[in-house]
Amino acid sequence: MTWVVRGARLLGAEPTDLLLRDGRVQEIGTGLDAAGAQVVDADGLVALPGLVDLHTHLREPGREDAETVETGTRAAALGGFTAVHAMANTEPVADTAGVVEQVWRLGREAGHVDVRPVGAVTAGLRGERLAELGAMADSAAQVRVFSDDGRCVADAMLMRRALEYVKAFNGVIAQHAQDPRLTEDAQMNEGELAGRLGLRGWPSVAEEAIVARDVLLAAHVRSHVHVCHVSTQGSVEIIRVAKQRGFPVTAEVTPHHLLLTEDLAASYDPRFKVNPPLRTADDVAALREGLADGTIDAVATDHAPHPAEDKECEWDAAAFGMLGLETALSVVQATMVDTGLLDWAGVAERLSAAPARIGRCDTGDRAQGRPLAQGEPANLVLVDPSASGTVDARELASLSRNTPYDGRALPGRVVATFLRGRPTVLDGKLA
Amino acid sequence: MKRHLLTAADLDRDDATLVLDTAAEMARLTEGRSVKKLPTLRGRTVVNLFFEDSTRTRTSFELAAKRLSADVVNFSAKGSSVSKGESLKDTALTLEAMGADGVVVRHWASGAPHRLAYSGWIRSSVVNAGDGTHEHPTQALLDAYTLRRHLGSLDGRRVTVVGDVLHSRVARSNVLLLSTMGAEVTLVGPPTLLPVGVEGWPCQTSYELDPALAKADAVMMLRVQRERMSAAFFPSAREYSRRYGLDARRFALLPEDAVVLHPGPMNRGMEITADVADSDRSVIVEQVTNGVYVRMAVLYLLLGGAS
Repeated sequence: MTWVVRGARLLGAEPTDLLLRDGRVQEIGTGLDAAGAQVVDADGLVALPGLVDLHTHLREPGREDAETVETGTRAAALGGFTAVHAMANTEPVADTAGVVEQVWRLGREAGHVDVRPVGAVTAGLRGERLAELGAMADSAAQVRVFSDDGRCVADAMLMRRALEYVKAFNGVIAQHAQDPRLTEDAQMNEGELAGRLGLRGWPSVAEEAIVARDVLLAAHVRSHVHVCHVSTQGSVEIIRVAKQRGFPVTAEVTPHHLLLTEDLAASYDPRFKVNPPLRTADDVAALREGLADGTIDAVATDHAPHPAEDKECEWDAAAFGMLGLETALSVVQATMVDTGLLDWAGVAERLSAAPARIGRCDTGDRAQGRPLAQGEPANLVLVDPSASGTVDARELASLSRNTPYDGRALPGRVVATFLRGRPTVLDGKLA
Repeated sequence: MKRHLLTAADLDRDDATLVLDTAAEMARLTEGRSVKKLPTLRGRTVVNLFFEDSTRTRTSFELAAKRLSADVVNFSAKGSSVSKGESLKDTALTLEAMGADGVVVRHWASGAPHRLAYSGWIRSSVVNAGDGTHEHPTQALLDAYTLRRHLGSLDGRRVTVVGDVLHSRVARSNVLLLSTMGAEVTLVGPPTLLPVGVEGWPCQTSYELDPALAKADAVMMLRVQRERMSAAFFPSAREYSRRYGLDARRFALLPEDAVVLHPGPMNRGMEITADVADSDRSVIVEQVTNGVYVRMAVLYLLLGGAS
């Protein structure tokens, strides 16, 4: 299969053509043509390397009523992703080679994006003893990212051992930073609003205390810690200092924490209930700044599908989490590009190259997050930054509808996605 | 007036005054009469939807609705989506199908009445009868009514509210309503039981009770649950009583005409001693009576009795 992408603006630069053949970018230049090639008119579109999500909940196995590998990876492709890291908090938990291989195989069969399973750090996410990290690393799924996401590895000793142990196979521990005792029954950001609404507070310090501890532990044992969904100004400052000292730490921020603030909780509408919670405008500003200056390495969606009944209820009874895959690039454009904080090259770094490096999937014949250059894998997304639209929850490919953006106007539209030279999305629809 | 009463913030000064004046009228029309019923809401259906036990509040609303000749249905919904009983949405749809005109809801979750009012599940007016640790606006109205009877206008009056503000829906509604009515509210409690961000509320705060008593026109004691000490909010019931309980010594610090309120049920010996609770300046029993008038006024004004 040969494709010519005509007139795309590579990372937002001047228009050029790309010739995709045998899964690779064979040539970049103007006036490219090839016998039998199919042509995509990319006039006015920006070409980025295929996006890589470090933090996706595909829900399979166990909660196929919320999402499946098939539906979740469709949503991912439509959002411009060519790889996702599937979080381990499934039922059963992805804490054995068997479960991670199952998820990995389901991803291969679906074929929309590369599915990279994340393994649990502790058996059953219980925070008591290590899961068989090595077995998962050695499995067909070749797990490199380990996380108890949804729960924090709160025990400092266990966290230390996990960080040490994964050095043997170049692994990384992705920490959901949340001190459990400081956040018992926590419902929203702790502050004046939570006090007025009568919702139990989730204080910033519960995240920051764990982030501070973990960057020190990572430095001590010289192993890589990755901080999931950073949500507070204080966490950004701690990570900035840690990086200045050369500590082996990386961090991600979600699109929703770049855009939305806690005041949405005043509606008591659980579509805005998420963990970590939406914070203040000051936190949002600090997160944007941290992402712009590289303190935060990557944007990761924390795509968290939930069936309607888990959101159409009282705030306290509702599940945490919101959809993210299909709106991520638009939210990043709105918050980072249209505001002048990041150019398209920066977007490529934060949503493709950096997450691929952190996920250890930037090498090999199925490499992700590579630059758009001759000879590289033909993973790319074409986005129309001048398009604008209103999010309609009913039109999403995800099996669930819990988007916080329903009815909200967002800029940009993913027109096409290519996975190793094969279109997964064309004209904004699954190919 | 707005269509729902979900928070004391739904009432501006004119609305609140209208409710209190209407409550006074309800009292005038029924107090001391052998027939206490008014025909105002005849043919209307009021549902008392209680997801949390509260015999006193439910009974008060039930009496209020019955005295206005409304049909009253008590709907006790112990289930929740947490315990896998019927969901709030399904309960709401059921009530809608039965044709409720007004829904009085008590719920363990903050914001549940708000969800009922604005999720499009029902068309009825919603009255918050206490939600989680959020608000209890009719309690604040009955407190304001009681205070007005004893103090006259609330403008510039000093009201000291003491105890577990963090978990108190009564305190939240009272701060909002009393400040709307021009009173100066001081919240007193240990720092652990004052919410984060309380400095942004329209009131003063203090960690010490004695200095907040000398100039108070009224003091309102909040119920404090003994279990709170297990979550380290305070070391022991005895220490709490010593620092924040209203006993005879502290009672003597109050001005002579100051009154004592408590939303009930009381923990005698914990936040208030028996002699204070039973003193002639305690208006705790009267609060209960006034609760019925205030709730009559709210139901009357919300359910279109005026039109």
